[in-house]
Amino acid sequence: MRLFSVFFACLVVVSVVFAALDAGPALAQSGPVGAEVESGPDQTSPIQSILQENRELIEKSSRRTIGPAIAALRDSGLPAAQSVLEKWQDKALYQRKSDGLFFFAEPADGGTLRLIDIATGEATGEAARDEVDQLKPNSGIRGLIGAALVQFQLSDPDPARRAAALDAIGRDAEPDHLQALRGAIASETDPGLKARKARLERLLTIAYDPDPAARIAAIDSFAGDLGVDVRAALNPLVATTRAVAPGTPPEGENVARRLTPGSDALPEAEAYRLLVAAGLARPRISPADKRNALAAHIENGTVAGIPLEDLNSDEARDRAYAALAARGLVPPTATAQGVQAALDAHSFYDRYAEPDPAVTAAAEDALDAIAFKVGLNQVADLSLDALSLASIYFLAAIGLAITFGVMGVINMAHGEFIMMGAYTGYVVQQIVPNYTVSILIALPLAFAVTFAAGVAMERLVIRWLYNRPLETLLATFGISIALQQLAKNIFGTQARPLTSPSWLDGALQLNDVVSISYIRIAIFVLALLFLALFVFIMRRTRLGLEVRAVTQNPRMAASMGINPDRINMLTFGLGSGIAGVAGVAIGLYAKVTSELGQDYIVQSFMTVVVGGVGNIWGTLLGATLIGFLQKGIEWLNPSNTLAAQTYMILFIILFIQVRPRGIIALRGRAAGD
Amino acid sequence: MKDSLFARNPSVLIFLGLLAAFVAAVTVLGEGVGMGLISTSFVKTLGKTLCLCLIAIAMDLVWGYTGILSLGHFAFFGLGGYMIGMWLMYARTETIVAASLAQAEIPPTPQEIRDAIGTQIFGVVGGSDFPAIWAFAHSLPLQLALVVLVPGLLALVFGWLAFRSRVTGVYLSILTQAMTLALSLYLFQNDSGLRGNNGLSGLQNIPGAADVPQSLLSIWFFWGSAAALALGYVIAAFVVSGKFGSVIRGIRDDEARVRFLGYSVESYKLFVFTLTAVIAGIAGALYYPQAGIINPAEMAPIASIYLAVWVAIGGRGRLYGAVIGAGVVSLLSTWFTGGQVPDLPLGIYTIKWVDWWQVLLGLGFVLVTLFAPKGIGGLFDLVSGRRAPARHGADLGPDTGSFREKEAEQ
Repeated sequence: MRLFSVFFACLVVVSVVFAALDAGPALAQSGPVGAEVESGPDQTSPIQSILQENRELIEKSSRRTIGPAIAALRDSGLPAAQSVLEKWQDKALYQRKSDGLFFFAEPADGGTLRLIDIATGEATGEAARDEVDQLKPNSGIRGLIGAALVQFQLSDPDPARRAAALDAIGRDAEPDHLQALRGAIASETDPGLKARKARLERLLTIAYDPDPAARIAAIDSFAGDLGVDVRAALNPLVATTRAVAPGTPPEGENVARRLTPGSDALPEAEAYRLLVAAGLARPRISPADKRNALAAHIENGTVAGIPLEDLNSDEARDRAYAALAARGLVPPTATAQGVQAALDAHSFYDRYAEPDPAVTAAAEDALDAIAFKVGLNQVADLSLDALSLASIYFLAAIGLAITFGVMGVINMAHGEFIMMGAYTGYVVQQIVPNYTVSILIALPLAFAVTFAAGVAMERLVIRWLYNRPLETLLATFGISIALQQLAKNIFGTQARPLTSPSWLDGALQLNDVVSISYIRIAIFVLALLFLALFVFIMRRTRLGLEVRAVTQNPRMAASMGINPDRINMLTFGLGSGIAGVAGVAIGLYAKVTSELGQDYIVQSFMTVVVGGVGNIWGTLLGATLIGFLQKGIEWLNPSNTLAAQTYMILFIILFIQVRPRGIIALRGRAAGD
Repeated sequence: MKDSLFARNPSVLIFLGLLAAFVAAVTVLGEGVGMGLISTSFVKTLGKTLCLCLIAIAMDLVWGYTGILSLGHFAFFGLGGYMIGMWLMYARTETIVAASLAQAEIPPTPQEIRDAIGTQIFGVVGGSDFPAIWAFAHSLPLQLALVVLVPGLLALVFGWLAFRSRVTGVYLSILTQAMTLALSLYLFQNDSGLRGNNGLSGLQNIPGAADVPQSLLSIWFFWGSAAALALGYVIAAFVVSGKFGSVIRGIRDDEARVRFLGYSVESYKLFVFTLTAVIAGIAGALYYPQAGIINPAEMAPIASIYLAVWVAIGGRGRLYGAVIGAGVVSLLSTWFTGGQVPDLPLGIYTIKWVDWWQVLLGLGFVLVTLFAPKGIGGLFDLVSGRRAPARHGADLGPDTGSFREKEAEQ
């Protein structure tokens, strides 16, 4: 057999030489030379001969030894190499038992396989299933083949496949890719892909290039780059492991920092645990184990001569254990002095996994530069978040500011008006399936519904209580709990979805750090619209003029022919209507429940109180302050939004101390006191 | 003794008499020492209601008499409950842990006992170390002192800050509401040291009284709550009668005028605010051992608003009104939400009172505010023939929120 294969290999080599002498071997093979096809497989095609050269390795099919075979195919420069590798990976490569030649195959009629020539892609006859062996590479080999294929994909004529190959390398890169990538940059025609290739090449250089100078150059080129991929490439370089060594750290270690036992970074117990784990010290027995050891050696109500009832202190237990150890009944444990001596005799340090100090230093510098830039961008991102939160608070509070600020009426049911607006949106979506249309219908409808509710409430309840503000608060609270329960009875307790149109999905991505979702931009725009609308109504319309007159002096306004009752009613309706619109906006990104309003009512009150009553700009400032404050505190303590709210409320309580009438306080007679 | 407290407030004697009769009746009918016609759980409900009446008196004092609509008194109530709950939970866990560790052959060290208690109590929030605020939890007297001190100090500091900067009216209401919200949000955190939203539980088991059946414990707490209510009523009546009472009513009716008369309005308000916070704390300390569990949801702002609702329905500015309001509304609430009220079929729709009680309460509350601002207590005016003056919608005076005493006397 062996003799035969050697002979065969010689034959193949001869034929390769022959074929190479022939101009354009691929052309020569792919031509429709009928006689040859008829006579059977082309044994002289170069790709077949490469496979035959590596036949033993391929037949052995082991991940450890298959490398040269794949490399031979990859580096052959033959156009058929890619398809062979792909078919091999897909378990579609077959070997004929009789002569060991390789074919592609596909099922033919009658349960046989149609053999296809690997070089030309043409059918070369049929074979029964038991005449051929299917090559079944294991997952390790398939991975190697995949890595080899990347090179072909990188130069694939189809840009989409090139991009896909870049994605694949970006996901999990291998050292082999670096060379392939470098080879594929020059021939790239698409500028976008070329830039991506160049960037990926530098990233792979950082990870895999053997030359430290090249790596450092690549690292330096990324200083200040915000890409997540850069940080993913650099972070493994500066990853450290904690190590311990007798005396000083050994030469050749890339030490990140020395640690002192007992410091915050390395408590003594942790340091000693490291020593024990490294086998450099004897383990210290835990209190529970010590207790169990003592319990195992009780004799006649004593342990090592110490009565049991005395063993309720740590010193007594230490003595008893030491006595037991002296008798050899239990393994001796480290004493406090022993622990200290061991800690003093060893040095503790963090060690870079990367051995080259120059590379780690460059990586640290680059990461510092990136961290600074990331910090700046995070501030920008946080500001965007805060701005959108502020616009939500502003939307929720603007209606309240109108009723509370302009009319002096506390409306505790304001939150329930927000909820009503959100439920209106939900009901509209049940009827109108198109999300864009339904939102466009829901906004004015929510305004109308809550406007009507507000007017009804003003007519029925609030107008009778104008000179009793505290009782207005309580009566509207009664309405609030009734409305809340009513919503629960109608819509149930589970959250109802209010789906935003698909063009509001996703986020505006400025870079890898700064992004803002379109829905938040929409809410921001909505808030600005309502600010403009409010200012327009108050400054430029008859209604606004009359509202301002009634606010400042109702009796004088009445004597000028303004009907205060009507103005109050309209103002209250306007404030409530805006709450309804805010409800639709809030419902778009929060779940609609009967408690939706409750979540915003206190913040809304805070916004109005902090901003100053009776002034829309005050409300705007208040909302901005509270939005930024909340985001800022959340940033300081990101794990805990509850704490953020707590501290924010505390801050507001203190702020009221400084400016009891809010940021923008009314002066003079308009202040009312 | 023409000017004695009882002579000036005949309602005190009547109230104390009625309360004594009520306690006697429940004791005789109840399960612990009497005939057993009233179940233990209902005795507990009645005991809890008495505690709610006590905090309603505090609310009446601060709102009905001084004109400060505080939406934060349930926070003080909850704080009192937490303070006593810490001792109850610690002491009970200690007895359990000591009993289980005593099974072991080696006697435990004090540190081991403490660690085991810590693991028992804080295991649920993933900790085992005692936070600093549990420093006194081992001692009943210290923890009882904290029942008074913690709400009192919080009220003192908050009130001083608020009154000093002349925050009044609805602003103050919203500020107190914010304080309550902040406190309950803080307690909701697991690392607040009070077991986050799990709260403290098992408070109905009194340490050292493991052999006493719950039926007897419940009647003891019922007596304790009644005694506290009686004492609170007398103290409140004492505070609102005499010169001090006149001044605080003056503050309610026209704060600026009282200030210009030379009274230190802030001190009066601060005193009343702090005193009522202490009363609320004591009421909470009696309430939660009967409820058995306390968690931050109990201190949500809504609870304090309900308190205001009770007092308003009962009748502000009269102590018995507050008691009636709290008693009637909270018992009705228990009755309706407990599902004991038969459903009301209306042909096409059956009204389930569990679902509709809140709607009823809300609307009823609006109606009371609109048409019967004196609340249920106003019915007693019909008996005694005191009528409100017919003002025909005219302005009520400088501070429009309240009645002048002269009007009320007419």
